[in-house]
Parts: sequence; structure tokens; C-alpha cells
Amino acid sequence: MVDITPADAVPPAEVAEMELYHPHSWWTKYVFSQDAKVIAIQYSATATAIGFVALSLSWLMRLQLGFPGTFDFITPEAYYQFITMHGMIMVIYLLTALFLGGFGNYLIPLMVGARDMVFPYVNMLSYWIYLLAVLVLVSSFFAPGGPTGAGWTLYPPQAIMTGTPGGQDWGIILMLASLILFIIGFTMGGLNYVVTVLQARTRGMTMMRLPLTVWGIFTATVMALLAFPALFVACVMMLLDRVLGTSFFMPAIVEMGEQLQHNGGSPILFQHLFWFFGHPEVYIVALPAFGIVSDLISTHARKNIFGYRMMVWAIVGIGALSFVVWAHHMYVSGMHPYFGFFFATTTLIIAIPTAIKVYNWVLTLWRGDIHLTIPMLFALAFIVTFVNGGLTGLFLGNVVVDVPLSDTMFVVAHFHMVMGVAPILVILGAIYHWYPKVTGRMLDETLGRFHFWVTFLGAYLIFFPMHYLGLIGIPRRYAELTDMTIMTESAHHLNSFISIMAFIVGFAQMVFLFNLIWSIRHGREAGGNPWRATTLEWQTPQTPPAHGNFGKDLPIVYRWAYDYSVPGAKEDFIPQNVPGNFGLSKEPA
Amino acid sequence: MSVILVFLAVIAGFAGWWLSHQRLTAKPWLEQGLAGDFVGLDRSALPTAKIGLGVFLAVVGCLFSLFTSAYFMRMGLSDWRPLPLPRLLWLNTGVLVLSSIALQCAVVAARKGQIDNVRLGLATAGFTSFAFLIGQLMAWRQLTEDGYLLAANPANSFFYLITGMHGLHILGGLIGLGRTSVGAWNGARPERLRLGVELCAMYWHFLLFVWLCIFALLAGWAATFIDICRGLLT
Repeated sequence: MVDITPADAVPPAEVAEMELYHPHSWWTKYVFSQDAKVIAIQYSATATAIGFVALSLSWLMRLQLGFPGTFDFITPEAYYQFITMHGMIMVIYLLTALFLGGFGNYLIPLMVGARDMVFPYVNMLSYWIYLLAVLVLVSSFFAPGGPTGAGWTLYPPQAIMTGTPGGQDWGIILMLASLILFIIGFTMGGLNYVVTVLQARTRGMTMMRLPLTVWGIFTATVMALLAFPALFVACVMMLLDRVLGTSFFMPAIVEMGEQLQHNGGSPILFQHLFWFFGHPEVYIVALPAFGIVSDLISTHARKNIFGYRMMVWAIVGIGALSFVVWAHHMYVSGMHPYFGFFFATTTLIIAIPTAIKVYNWVLTLWRGDIHLTIPMLFALAFIVTFVNGGLTGLFLGNVVVDVPLSDTMFVVAHFHMVMGVAPILVILGAIYHWYPKVTGRMLDETLGRFHFWVTFLGAYLIFFPMHYLGLIGIPRRYAELTDMTIMTESAHHLNSFISIMAFIVGFAQMVFLFNLIWSIRHGREAGGNPWRATTLEWQTPQTPPAHGNFGKDLPIVYRWAYDYSVPGAKEDFIPQNVPGNFGLSKEPA
Repeated sequence: MSVILVFLAVIAGFAGWWLSHQRLTAKPWLEQGLAGDFVGLDRSALPTAKIGLGVFLAVVGCLFSLFTSAYFMRMGLSDWRPLPLPRLLWLNTGVLVLSSIALQCAVVAARKGQIDNVRLGLATAGFTSFAFLIGQLMAWRQLTEDGYLLAANPANSFFYLITGMHGLHILGGLIGLGRTSVGAWNGARPERLRLGVELCAMYWHFLLFVWLCIFALLAGWAATFIDICRGLLT
């Protein structure tokens, strides 16, 4: 055990070379701001706005699937466009941007005890390029021919051919341009998140004292920095194929009786590049969720996280493993069976660190003083949902089971559970948890509980039946299936039921949006630390934290992030910046 | 995809080395008190900007490894006809080497505080970098005049794509070099100038290394090298 040095003998925690930018006008303070907290809010607001676009698109899809033939304006082409834009927006422009750009920007400097990100100007550029990417994406809705309808995986050759909506119009070009911009913007932000964790931790904040939220976001950012270049390469090469007629991915092809100028390209090459990004992307979204949920559970169960070291190792292990599993998305691409065997093995190995995390969350809850607050409800819902989605992942990770299930609704149900619903539950829980810090007021409790139960139960009523549809062989990506024999009457009723549930869950999100806006002025005053949490962001002198975060002196860290219910302490939590020995009267073994 | 996996293995090696210095086996719940007692666990003594550039270069390396991976995969298909490299590329390589050397001299001068030599180094580096870019454009023109058009063959497409990507990175570096030069002429603080020059040099050396790899790749030596490796393994 380490003795305590008197506080006045401690060298200052400031990073000498860091210069804080001081805004001079309203524009530089709130619009072109270099303050990570403002950038975080800008990122979150933009991501939420585009997320609601994606939500509306899913409604339109469900209108078509639930009640085929009723709505004339949803043509098959429009349906493909909805499905593509919904997928792309959700995975990249909402989840990635919100977890890393939103939560990363807000929480990293506050949680590690820094005044700001290390490169504030680059950080600001990151947001504006992200906004530009979103605008380019949105502009494709208004371009001639509409947005691309190639499916979110954008597989060539169909993505850039006449039969696909947007393939020979502006749609695919704007999509690829938007992705390229997003990746450039993200790289700028990502450099900040990584280097801030490396270099701007306050005195006493060792890596092994970081809250797991920071570990999750940090590891996910490192992964994203290494994985997004693969998407960048794929996008640039496809753009050249489409605009300048090269043949990176395009094989010799006859379209409407006409030989295209492409020759000899390899669509499989695109799949390799895409999934080399695509699979890590799942964990780029999942790891921040893992981290945040660990902190929510520990705080709201008033108990230290079980197996902190294991949790850190598991995060790092999952991050490393996720780079060697990409081809499990390509079992039906005609690959060598030994490849399939290899990738099935690595895929199943990932279940081990993931299961460690689930066990540790459950063991943290065990005999905890569980407060069923709204963040806690969302965290619990996440664990259940993640386990459910993870179990179907074991099905799909095996080649023999995946081949018949490939491209059915089972796959749709699986990935929505594991990387759609589960991370969004964490995002919602995290918003309920940190909203008081961001605004100084609590979100409304009644509306919040309504929102939680409708979202949680509704999501299950949407996606559980979808597994069944997949098992009876209903394929995904079909605008209409009424004439097929597999589309029995019961399957059709199930589809209508899923659609109605989707409208209800979507409505609950509107209630949530109302709550977010209404509570800014009318919410209950929160005070600085409403959840009685230990991490540094709750110990700021002002709420919401002012520019520079911590007032005159940076906090000094004396303990890890999870000192809850320590025997002998006056209260059931000890903030990280409070010195003193508690609960360690016995020499540890 | 083997090239990118090898690259990631190198990155993983760095990450593992760094993680092994973070006391991952610590029991933080038993360690109350100041972590100042754990020497070396705070931030690195290197300047933050250098670490930032290092992380960025890892991303750039990743990007070019992926291009190389794609190159090798596409190369295996039947329609690949390699194009003859213009001799001009040798000259361009020499110019880029000069640029790197000039920046290294500037670093040495900045450490000694010889501001005139710093300016000389920076100016030479900027001039040679522009010469390199112009040389690359001339090589492109030469190829198109000889009928090796972008879309005619995948080997041509990759040539233009990869050299273009590398050129764009040099162009981006010139912005940084320009800013440092403005500082050098307008009397920036010596330690600030030194850091700027060192960052430029680091970036240039890395891009030179990338260029040498690309050159070997486009000339076909890299493929021969890999064939030899494969022969040794089997």
C-alpha cells in the first residue's frame, strides 16, 4: 500500500506546454468553438438530428414491409434508398459520431482531469468536416436520381450500375464523397482523443485508474484510426471506378445488352477492404458502450466494478481480436473452406473476453445497493440485449449455420440487437446519466420511465419476431414478398405487428426528444453531483463545467474510479480527488 | 491482406510494449494515494505534438499498407500488365531524399540555435519538395503521352492512385512546412521553432520511407521479394 504524501508537496498537475484558447466573441465561443464540451454538444446535436432522419426512413421501410402495396409512393427503388441510407446513417453518422465525437469529446478531458483536448483547433475542424460530410449525405436526397440504394455495404458491381438507384446518378458519388469526408474529419478528432488520454492525464491519473468509459472510448478510437483507412481506400477506388472508368472492383460486365468499359476487376477485393473496416466498426461502437455501461452499473449499484483489471484486458483483447475476424461476413463469397474455418475460430474466441465482461457486470450487481434509476434501467436492459444479440452471433459465426441463414431476416435481427438496440440503449442511459452535468438540470423522471419501458419492450417486440421470420427463410432487402410461398399469412401478420411496434418505439423517441428540450429550462435543478459519483467530471467547481473545466487548479487523483460503499468512509462514495485512507486498515495480502 | 496484417502486427507490437509499461497488473483498488510515487506512469516526456504526429503517421502507414494489400490482390488477376516506370522517377526519388536531408540539417541547426541555417534548410526542403511534386506530374504526363492511361489497365490505375495519394500527403506537409517557415522568418521562440522543424523532419522522413516502399512496389521489386520469401517458407 502506498502512503499519502501531503497535498502541498505535490507538483502542479498542469501540462506545461498546453495553451488554452480563450474565445473573444460569441462566434468563437459557441459556433467555431475550440472547447471540447461545445464541440461535443455540436457533434451530439448533429448526430441526433441525422439519427432522426434515419428513424423516419425505418418507418417508411416498415410501412412498406408491414402493409405491402398500400403506399404507392414507396417504389422498390425508394425502398432500397431508405434501407441504404438508414443503415449508413445509423452505423457511421449516428453511432460512431455520437460515441466518439459526442461522448468522447465531452467525457475524455473531464474524466482524465484535463482542461481541454490537446489539439483544440484540429478538434474544431473535425466537427466542421463531420458536419460537411452529413450535409453532403443529406444533399443526395435532393440530387437527381435520389440517394444511393446499393445497401449499406455498397457492394460492387451493383452499387455503380444503372439498375441500382443512384448507381449512375449522383447518389453513389455523394455517398462516397461523404464517407471520405467523414473519415478525414474523424481522423482529426481521433488523434485528439488518443493523444489526450496519453498526454493530458492529470497528476495521479495512471492508466489503471482511468474510468472504464475512457478505456472503452480510447481503445475504440485507436481501432477506428486503424480501420477507417480501409473504408477510405475502398471509397476512393470505387469513386475512380464510377467516375473515371477504372476497373479496381468492376469485372467485365454486360449491362442491358451493352458491354461496359470495365474489365477484370474484383468485387471480392472490395468486400475484403469493406469488412476489414466493417467488423472493427462493430466494436468501435461496442467498446465505448461497454465502458459506459460499466460506469453506470458501478455508480447506480453503489459498488466497485468487479474485476477492473479483467475489464481493461478484455477491452484491449477484444480490440486486437476484432481485426482478424472480418471474413466471417464473407462466408458465402466462395472463399476457401480453411479460411472459413480460421475466421469462425477467431470469431468464437472473441466470445471469451466478451463473456468475461458480462459476468463482471452481473457480479458487480451481485449484492449491490441497486438504485433503479433510469440510467440503471438502460444499463440493465443493455446487458440482457447484448447477451441476446451475442448468442445469435454464435449461430452466425459458424460457417455451416451461417450459410443457410445468410441474407435472411435472422441476420437483420441479430445485428440490430447487438449493434443497433444494445449501443443505443447505452447512449440513452448515458444521456440520462450525464445530462445533469451538461445542462445542470435533471431530465423528467416520468417521461424518462415511459421512454425506457416503451423503448426496451418495444425493441424486443420488433426484433424477436424477426428472428423467426429469418428462420422460415424470409430474405432481407426485398421490397415486397407477398407472392412467395414462404410468406405465409402468419408471417405477414407478424410483419404488420413488427411495423406497428416500430411506430410506437419511434414515437417514444419523440417523447425523449421533447424531454431533452423541455428539461433544459424546466428540469429539476441537479446540483454538481446528483448521482453521488466518484469520477472527476462530477467534481468540477461549476455545473455545467466552465471553460477550462476545473477552475484554478487541476484536480489531483488519489484513488481509482470505483470507491463506492468503502467500509469506514463517511459516505458511500469517495471521489477520485479526495485524499485519505479508507477501508484498507488491514495490510492487503 | 497480408501486408496490412503485418503492418498491424507492428502497431500491435508498439501498443503491447507501451501497455506493458502501464502496470496492467496493478490492483488499483488497493493503491490509495498519489500515483506520483509510481515513476514513469504519467504522460510521456516527449512533446505532445510529436506523439500526435506519431499517431497520425501510424494512420498514414495504415492507409498505404491497405493500398499495397489491394495492389497485390488485384495484381494476381489475369488482366494485369505492368507498366514501364519512367526514368524520371529516379530523379524524383533523389530530389525527395535531398528534401529529407535538408530538413535533417535544419533540425541540427535548430538544436544549435543557428537560425540562418534553419532558414536555409527549410527553404531547400520546400523547394525540393515542390520540385518532387512537379517531377511526379511530369512523370504522369510522360505516361499518358505514351498511352498508359488511367483506366486502360489496373496497373496504370494503381500507379496514378498511389503516387497521387503520396503527392497529396507531401502537399499537406507543405502547409506545415510553410507555417514553420513563417515562424522561422518572423522570429518564433527558439524552442517552438525547434519543435516545428523536428515535426517537419519526422513527417518528411516518413513520407520518404513510404515513397521508397511505393517505388519498390511499382517497380515490381516488392513482388519479387515476396516471391522469394514465399519460396523460403514453402
